[in-house]
Amino acid sequence: MTLRLKKILLLMTPLAIAMFIAAAPVHAADTDLSLSDQGIQTSADGGLLEALMFYACAGVILASGLAICLSKNIVRMAVYLFGTLAAVALMYFLLLANFIGVIQLIVYAGGTLILLIFGVMLTSKSPWAKFEVKRSELIAAGVVCALFAGMLLFVVVNAEWPLETDAVVVGSSMTQFGTGLLTNYLVPFEAISVLLLVVMIGAAYMARQE
Amino acid sequence: MFEIGLTHYLVVATLLFVMGIFVMITKRNAIGILIGVEMVLNGANINLVAFNRYNGMGNIDGQIVSLFVIVLAAAEAALAVAICMNFYKNLNTVDVDHGDTLAG
Repeated sequence: MTLRLKKILLLMTPLAIAMFIAAAPVHAADTDLSLSDQGIQTSADGGLLEALMFYACAGVILASGLAICLSKNIVRMAVYLFGTLAAVALMYFLLLANFIGVIQLIVYAGGTLILLIFGVMLTSKSPWAKFEVKRSELIAAGVVCALFAGMLLFVVVNAEWPLETDAVVVGSSMTQFGTGLLTNYLVPFEAISVLLLVVMIGAAYMARQE
Repeated sequence: MFEIGLTHYLVVATLLFVMGIFVMITKRNAIGILIGVEMVLNGANINLVAFNRYNGMGNIDGQIVSLFVIVLAAAEAALAVAICMNFYKNLNTVDVDHGDTLAG
């Protein structure tokens, strides 16, 4: 089962990258033709390409997520997590959140994942150590999660979003980010700076050698 | 089918969220649980960015909040890996079921 998923994942990843490269010039052309002087543009006409990109990203996310669920090997789980994180970054680009996509790639795929892999290497006698879970526990967890997913999907699919619009407001610019972080979001920004300092000191203190 | 809207993204985010919860429940390796937490946070983040994209108000509040979530996730991962190393130093394993020393 896991082998088949791995093949799907391996097939999907270059596909997603190729689609992303193919989609890039179309988006650029759409921006030129848009009503950018009003700051508003209609939705990109390359709907088919957008849909293909979306389904490729969603396929990679769900396939690698399922692979994480089914994998028993912690190193493989970390590698599959990279697939999920990279595809989520592509999805941010699709959602026109370029800066968040870049940050996702740098911080998550570049930083957090490396930290996790180091954690694996430092805490197991052999990196291939396996932790067995009872079959009954797996079934119970699967049933609970399936019910929960069903409930959430029922709500999400049936919900009406009165504000939903396809209009693209040209944005997500660095200017907006900078202004936002230093005006409306100044307090959380400062709080998170202090938190990062505290976490840095705390992690170094806890991981020190006696 | 080929019109991608808010709901499509929400469905993907929901499935990622639930798979993260499944990973958190079923893995006994502490690092595996951490991977589950990362999946849950990513699912929530997709929600934030998708709502920001489709609300048509021209602000990027959702993206700024998702930036905070990413930073918090990085901080949480650093601290959790430090805790795992302490756990390993004391108990010589990262199986969370062995961390019951405080149980009565």
